[in-house]
Amino acid sequence: MISESSLEKLKILAGAAKYDVSCASSGTSRSNTNGGIGNASGWGICHSFTEDGRCVSLLKIMLSNFCIYDCAYCINRKSNDIPRTSFTPEEIANLTIEFYRRNYIEGLFLSSGVLRNPDYTMERMVSVAKLLRIEHKYNGYIHLKAIPGASPQLIADAGRWADRLSVNIEIPTENNLKLLAPDKDFKSVLEPMKIISTNILESKEERKKYRTAPLFSPSGQSTQLIIGATDDTDHTILKLSSALYLRRDLKRVYYSGYIPVNSYDNRLPALNTPPLRREHRLYQADWLMRFYGFKSNEIVNADHPNLDLELDPKVTWALRNPHLFPVDINKADPLMLLRIPGVGTHSVQLILLARKHNRLNSSHLQKMGVVMKRAKFFITCNELCSQNIQDLKPEIVRQLLLEKKTVGNDGAIQLKLFNPGMPALK
Amino acid sequence: MNIFSFDNTFEGLLTLVYESYERKEFPDEILCGEGGQGGLFESTITITTDDQKAGRVWKGIVSHSSEVNAHRIYRVFLAGMPDTPLLLAKYIRLVIDSSKNEETNFSEPVVLEINKLHQKVCKEAHRVQMFVRFQKTVEGSYYASFAPLYDVLPLCIPHFRDRYADQPWIIYDLKRNYGFWYDLKDVSRVVFDDLKVNVQNGQLHSSLLSQDEKHFQQLWKQYYHSICIQERKNDKVHRQLLPQRFWKYLPEKGIL
Repeated sequence: MISESSLEKLKILAGAAKYDVSCASSGTSRSNTNGGIGNASGWGICHSFTEDGRCVSLLKIMLSNFCIYDCAYCINRKSNDIPRTSFTPEEIANLTIEFYRRNYIEGLFLSSGVLRNPDYTMERMVSVAKLLRIEHKYNGYIHLKAIPGASPQLIADAGRWADRLSVNIEIPTENNLKLLAPDKDFKSVLEPMKIISTNILESKEERKKYRTAPLFSPSGQSTQLIIGATDDTDHTILKLSSALYLRRDLKRVYYSGYIPVNSYDNRLPALNTPPLRREHRLYQADWLMRFYGFKSNEIVNADHPNLDLELDPKVTWALRNPHLFPVDINKADPLMLLRIPGVGTHSVQLILLARKHNRLNSSHLQKMGVVMKRAKFFITCNELCSQNIQDLKPEIVRQLLLEKKTVGNDGAIQLKLFNPGMPALK
Repeated sequence: MNIFSFDNTFEGLLTLVYESYERKEFPDEILCGEGGQGGLFESTITITTDDQKAGRVWKGIVSHSSEVNAHRIYRVFLAGMPDTPLLLAKYIRLVIDSSKNEETNFSEPVVLEINKLHQKVCKEAHRVQMFVRFQKTVEGSYYASFAPLYDVLPLCIPHFRDRYADQPWIIYDLKRNYGFWYDLKDVSRVVFDDLKVNVQNGQLHSSLLSQDEKHFQQLWKQYYHSICIQERKNDKVHRQLLPQRFWKYLPEKGIL
């Protein structure tokens, strides 16, 4: 039975965990077994949405908000005078099960401040996962944070029980990281990532030989970068994400607009509002790298180190490469279709299937969901088209696209990525 | 003008398609249930559901398109809007009359319309999986009320059955007054005449609730409010993702 004080603890420890933006519950498909409770549905399910427009899929909570570190960007840094408390592993496990049984959540996302030392903290977190899997016969989703500096054995143990592990890099360059988090360096963060990715690869190899070989963190690993707390450019940030996707096989890199939690610390910039639009553009760029076949240096490079806040990264790329357009909708190959502004992955699928039956014109495209007000400058189809980017100049197209846009306040377009159609894409 | 009426079952609709081919008369209007109100001068053709005829049409759909498409047609039928049967009859005719598979011909308006409606039905079914909230009862079973836009409960049952295999549960559609009950072995369809439930918020009468149920609802509500970042408030996106029609059934949104 959970006591009355649990309400207060929950308030503190959920509040302490909220700045971690990861919410994915996808990537593992697992049926319920042995008369236990829970399964993992491949696509992930969001169960609620908070007033900031973010999805609630997992019980995102900290085991404890005591911490021995003093990172400038973190609400839980040891020099902050805030109420501190801890849950016991049993309390967390019980709460998870009770919420899960009521269909409130898809699983658990457990993080923690560093108590005593990294190993001690990691061990307590692993014990929660073990309790759930063994005592409660729980087959639902578990996401554990790997604590930087924890021993490889403990991280390996965590990966056996969890669906996903993550280590947050937070600050994209080592110099800035050392400045803001004197107790950390890149090695302490990148080392656990390397251990995790090696273990994942080994487990995949093993399972090719033996179908019953144990899984390791089956839905991979993710990380988070804080945006706007340092002077790092979008070029630096996206180069890092791209390397993580390619070399460490990460499932997701999350971008978190910096919210001034410790405004007294003058190593940090004074911001009135979090940089939500920049964050949104970074997610768009991230999507282009993962689903649209773009390379990071096509989106940003030394000449264009930052993303255009007024237009989305695909449009700005297209305006820089007018020689590739217009694209013939009825003939172009899928990779080129994906590069047309206003055409998404779903539209590309529909176009590819439909053009086997008929030649398509612009009214077909409109009905299929192509955003014609953007696409019309970059395509030709089975009819006389309106003026495209070759007739006009890229600068004119840019002006025309901007005119149509009603720019709301900074947060207006934020977080549309998390729509329930693709609730928690890996 | 050809007016057909049928018993509003899926088999009934397939029988209707079969009969219209036999009569070489295709519907301009389809009435559900004991219609007979087809205007003053027209007579209504009433269809008697026949499983064999329905089976023939099902096979026809599969052989002219695919099994996936046949199941898609079934899910679209669950939308249950007044004009859904006619749309489906037109679509099935298009599929059967064509020599190639028409299911991906998205430049054909009927095909696109069917696919859009299909997406809506699937989305609503997904929302049941998202927003159903169980309440624990005194005898230890779990109860949830819901009122989906379309009749999608049957599509969600396999999910709940697998996930909550070790707890007895009931999910009840208040709008259509029926539900599904899982007794740790089988799932069966149930209808309650005297359900002690508050239709305003789907909550069971407090005498039926387990002792700690309110406590967990409160914890959940506390969690929901603590996890929100005030600096990022975005009401427009919030309402897009969590439409207001669901709020009354969600403890985190309610006044406890």
